[in-house]
Formats: sequence, structure tokens, C-alpha cells
Amino acid sequence: MEKDFLKRQSRAPIAEALEDYTSERVVPFDVPGHKHGRGNPELTAFLGERTMTLDVNSMKPLDNLCHPVSVIKEAEELAAEAFGAKAAFFMVGGTTSSVQAMVFTVAARGDKIIVPRNVHRSVIYAMVLCGAIPVYVDPGAHEQLGIALGMQLSDVEKAILENPDAKAVFVNNPTYYGICSDVRGIVKLAHSHGMQVIVDEAHGTHLSFSDNLPVSAMEAGADMAAVSMHKSGGSLTQSAFLLVGGEESGENKAPAISPAYVRQIINLTQTTSGSYLFLSSLDLSRKRLALHGKELFDKVIEMAEYAREEINSIGGYYAIGSELIDGKAISDFDKTKLVIHTLPVGLAGIEVYDLLRDEYDIQMEFGDFGNCLAYLSVGDRVREIERLVGALSEIRRHFGKAPLVSLPNSYIAPSVVLSPQEAFYADTEHVEFNSSVGRISAESIMCYPPGIPVLAPGEKITEEVLEYLRFAQEKGCQITGAEDSSLRTIRVVK
Amino acid sequence: MDLWFSEFHTPHVKLAIKVDKQLYSGKSDFQQIDVFESPEFGRFLTLDGYMMLTQKDEFIYHEMLVHVPMCVHPDVRKVLVIGAGDGGVVRELTRYETIEHIDVVEIDEEVVKVAKEYLPFTACGFDDPRVQCHFEDGLKYVRHHENEYDLILVDSTDPFGPGEGLFTKEFYGNCYTALKEDGIMVNQNESPFYANDARAMQRAHKRIHTNFPICRVYQAHIPTYPSGHWLFGFASKKYHPVRDMHAADWKELGIDTKYYNTNLHRGAFALPNYVQKLLEAMEELPNNDTTNTLGGEKA
Repeated sequence: MEKDFLKRQSRAPIAEALEDYTSERVVPFDVPGHKHGRGNPELTAFLGERTMTLDVNSMKPLDNLCHPVSVIKEAEELAAEAFGAKAAFFMVGGTTSSVQAMVFTVAARGDKIIVPRNVHRSVIYAMVLCGAIPVYVDPGAHEQLGIALGMQLSDVEKAILENPDAKAVFVNNPTYYGICSDVRGIVKLAHSHGMQVIVDEAHGTHLSFSDNLPVSAMEAGADMAAVSMHKSGGSLTQSAFLLVGGEESGENKAPAISPAYVRQIINLTQTTSGSYLFLSSLDLSRKRLALHGKELFDKVIEMAEYAREEINSIGGYYAIGSELIDGKAISDFDKTKLVIHTLPVGLAGIEVYDLLRDEYDIQMEFGDFGNCLAYLSVGDRVREIERLVGALSEIRRHFGKAPLVSLPNSYIAPSVVLSPQEAFYADTEHVEFNSSVGRISAESIMCYPPGIPVLAPGEKITEEVLEYLRFAQEKGCQITGAEDSSLRTIRVVK
Repeated sequence: MDLWFSEFHTPHVKLAIKVDKQLYSGKSDFQQIDVFESPEFGRFLTLDGYMMLTQKDEFIYHEMLVHVPMCVHPDVRKVLVIGAGDGGVVRELTRYETIEHIDVVEIDEEVVKVAKEYLPFTACGFDDPRVQCHFEDGLKYVRHHENEYDLILVDSTDPFGPGEGLFTKEFYGNCYTALKEDGIMVNQNESPFYANDARAMQRAHKRIHTNFPICRVYQAHIPTYPSGHWLFGFASKKYHPVRDMHAADWKELGIDTKYYNTNLHRGAFALPNYVQKLLEAMEELPNNDTTNTLGGEKA
């Protein structure tokens, strides 16, 4: 069985078909018009002849992304097998397109989806498009680190009981910072109430390939997952997978997802000229992870653990790890994530982020008020970890100051009056911030830390919201998303 | 048989050396290691296809890396050598009786093994009881040492491949911390001649310059390195490379050198105008220092 699996997974049908195609020296009287690069010498010199030769369009031997029947179909079946899914779809519009397809699949206009408040903006935008209504759950925030965490099972249960008509529960697995909710528990709970579970696994491609990492959405029995193959999986930027799973259990009262319906949903918005560079990169990356994923990600974990140890021994910095797991808002932690808490060194995370880039030529993934984040993946080597650690110790020596304290963060339960779609298309006007109580916000206002929205379009502005925003602004939190960042005025629904 | 080793010095220039036979070829965890025997240069070592040393001209590099700082610092007892898996730097250092301890940090143990077997003329340095080898990343090693060394010698490969971390600002900063308050760091600083090498040379100079109060560059002529014109960086917390040299004391040691002498020491800091310009462009303030000229220095 294992041997057959490896034999199957060592194939890459799309990449192989492209190889055949290029060796046949077919005369191209079809698009793209650069015709293997000949029509655009400067671009060909820039990207390389091979890349241009592979930049082709759907044709008989290469299948068609909208209605796969041959090599794309085979490649999708192999991807599904590799990820332990019932079906897999190759996506060329980023993981955003996978997230959209999940939302569109489970909810129509007016349907509710239970989501954590720190959900990625692509989910809200998908709701603007389809008219679904979010029911928010407080993900909680870590007081010292100032980061949003995961939904607690009891909070999800409360939301489910209060909204028995909700169609689905949406889960981040993990968050940007590597924090995981209890996906297994949420799946069981939601399914027993007839709700589907869709999972943003943009930062969790690798979870399917190691026993030393938190459970993946598919393994947990989730119905769908959006997987950013290009983040930790090694494919080209903008390529992703959409997975369909499900739980085989008598307790599961949620309707099963039909892959054929998902294909229709994808075709509503996906390009009809899917890039074969993206498709072949997904195909070959899936092959690599299926054959070598375990050893590759075990190495990434080892590097991350080593980096944590070294960074924590510099003094001041705190590289967070599995010790944070509390079985509640932090059900599990993705050990490949390298999150460095910087406030004890007297520097904001974003300051360290800037110093690393400007002074030490080290580009980090992300910096917020209290932390900066290094993204480790299949392409990293220990020698670069040494550079990061060396630079962090130098930054402390040259720029370190008295410790900073975390900014306040408290959760304000939103009052959703209009769907994101209604609010987005409504007539709006600007009013004085101080006299906006009772109005419905047309803006999305986010506060860093902890990176949780305070207001989203369609939500009622309360005295509590205004007070919190004033307080956060005074304390130096970064207010993002507001059209008038000084918060003198705010755009509301007429 | 017409067997040649060749190395591109730029995409349009290459050096070729006639080879009698290949003595060793192997791949370590870090790089491809090869040793050849040649009629003109004797034995030579290459890493990832790049020339590291030849039996015929290695003395120039190793003497210039070691004796210049040793003539300046009056009391070197503890030395850290980064890289230098061939042993040449250590061989020169062990000629000083006053040195008490030499730590060698080489990332690739295979290089030392190969050197011991095939390059005894440099690897002989490893036999000295004062020498202790550490097989780990140099950047990591220096990070864990503070106020400990009188002298740090950075004998790195080029700023790509395994030696990359040894050309970074964080590495030089960590070296600064690992040095005592009057410590000196000398590094191989690439070549000013071909454009790519010159850029690497400038970047290294800039990064050292921001970390050390005294930062000068000197030169030597090494036939088998690209262009033959090679630079070294002299970075120091206290001592000036020429004004603070102890020429008479050094001569008294009676160390027999093939390339280095104290007059050449002074002259080596006199750089061609185009090189001075390349360096000055990297220093934030206009260079009013006359170090790199011959005038006004004490003997």
C-alpha cells in the first residue's frame, strides 16, 4: 500500500504533459501571443526561455482547468490523495480564491457563517460578494504578546446554539502566529448540529505531512480547506489548493459537499486561462511533499526549535513555542512558526522588522506592535537561521532599551445589523466620530495589537466602541482600515 | 593527456591551470572539495570549483593575513580563526611563541580532513597543542563569546556559498563584541578589480566600517586569485595599522617570511586611487585620514 502510494505520488501528470508538449515542438497558432517567448525577447531574457516555453494555454494534451478530464484531473486526484481529501482543486487565484469558493459553496445570500473575529479580510470580502452574514466568535487575545488566539470550543458552542440556522463554522488552522483551535472538537460539534466546517489553512499546508504538527483540517474531518501551497509548500506565488473532505460518522448531520458543485462555484470567478506555470508548480510541489514532506518538515521543525532556543538565550527576546498551549484558546501550536516577542528588548516588533531589513538585509514576514514573525519553510537552511539570530543579538546590543509593556486589548462583541454586502452597497455619509453612536458603520476599522477588527461594515457603532478606539489610539495602538485615520470622522450608512 | 582546471573569474575571463592528476574529489555536507596536482602551482585546493590555495602562492595570503596584525598588536595571547580549514593561517600563527591559545572555527570538518591528508604544507599548523578546532558555523561561534580575543582572523571563502554569513554586518558586529577592548580583526576582503568582486569588497568594507572605529584596507598580490590583486581588511578598536606597528620588535622575533616584511607592511596600506575611491564611497564621511598614504608615519 505504502509502496503503491509512493509510486502513484512520484508522478506529476501536468508537468509530464508539459515536458511532452515542449519536446513535440508543436507550432503554436493559439494564445498566448508571445509564442514561446519569441514575440517578446526582453521578457524572455528576463524570465528565461524555459519559462516562456511552458507558458501555454489549455489544449487537448494539457487538459482544461475549467472542466478537467485528463492530466489536470489526474493531478487533482493525486493531490487529494496526498492531502487525505475526497477531492482537490488546483487554484490559480491565490488562496483568496480558495477561501471565496468555500464561502460561496456553503452559504447563499442571507445564510449565516460562524467565524472568528480575526478572520482574514478575504472571508469578509467573499461575504460582500455572496451576501452571507457573519456571526462572530471572540478568539481571545494573549495579554503579554498582544496577538489574537483561537476560538474556544465553548464559545463556538454558544454561537451554534444561539444561531441554529447557521450553515457553517469557519476556522483558522493555524493563525499567522501558529495558534490552532481545537479543529477536531469544532468539527464534531458543528456536524452534530448539521453545520459544515470550512477551514482557512493558508498557513497550514505542512500540517498534512508531519505527525509532529497540529492536526490538519482534512484529518480532523472538516468539509473544506483552503491551502496555500505557495506559502509553506514551495509552489509559485498565487497557486493554491482547495480541498474537500468530510467526516464519515453517524453523528455527522451536515450535508456532504459535492465536488461537482464546488467545480461550478469555482468556475463562477476563476480565469478560463489558468497559468500552466502555476498548475505545474502545484503538481511538482505536491509530488515533493507527498514523497519527502515528512523529512522536509521535520527539518523545518528542528530548525525552528533551534532558532527558538538560540533566540531565547540572547536575553530579552521571547520566541514563543508549545509552552503556550492551554487547551482553550490555544489548543495547539504550529512549531514551524517562528514568532519573536520583542517588547522586553525595548523595541516594537515592527521596529525590529525594519532594523533587520534596513541594517542587516534580512526580510521578515511580518511585524506588529509586540512581535515579528519569520516564515520558515522547505527552502530554509541553518546558516540563514544563524544570520537571523546573530542580527537579533546585535540589534539588542545597539538599539535595545528599557522594556516596553504590551498595549491594552479587550474584545467588543460586534452588533451586526446589515450583512457585509448590504453595508458595502448602501448609500453612505461621513459624520463626526464623536456623534456616530447608533449609526451603522460602512467602514472596517482594525486595531493593532491585537489585530482584531473593532468595527466591520454593517455593524452598529456603540459608545463602547468609540471609547475603546479613543483609548487604543491614545495608548499608541495602530488604527488601520479607517478612511480618516485621525478618527475625527467616520463613514456610516445613511 | 591534456587535463586542465579552469575557473571563471568573470563570465568573460577564465584562469586555466594544467593538471597532472586529481588527488581527491568529494562532496561534504557543505561543498564540493577537490585537490589537484599541477606542474606550475604544485598541489591546489578548490571548494565548489573556486581556487582556495596553491602550494606555490599560498604563503602570500597566509603571511599577509597573519603578520600584519601581529606586528601591530603588542601582546596577542588568544586568537580566533574563522574558516581556514587548510591550516595555513594557523601555521603562521604558531610561529609566535607568545600566543597561548588558538581557536579555529571551521564549518566543514571534511576540509580539515582533506587538508591533513593532501596538504601537509599548510595542515601542519593543526599539530600544535595550542590549537583547538571547533567544527561549527563561525557566526554562531562568535555570538557566544564576549571580550575574549586579542585577534580574530577571518579566512573566509567568497561571500556566496557556506562563507556567506561571514560577510554580514551581524558577523562583524559579533566579532567586535568577541574582541577585547584593544582587539584587532583582519579579514579577507575580496578584490577591487572585477566589478562583482569589487561590489563584494565594498559591501564588506561598509559593514566593517560601521562596526569598528578603525577600519583600513591593505593589499597583496596573489597570482591565482581573480585579477591577482587582493585586499585584506584591518579593523581595530584601538591600534592603527601603521602608526601603531612595532617594526623593531617584530624584526627581533626573527620570523623568517617569504613575502611579509615591515616595509611592505607600510606599503601595503598605500592603495591605488581607484581602490581608495571605491572604499571612500562606502564610508559615510569624507576620508580625511591619511592612513592609506605613505607620508608621515613613524618607523
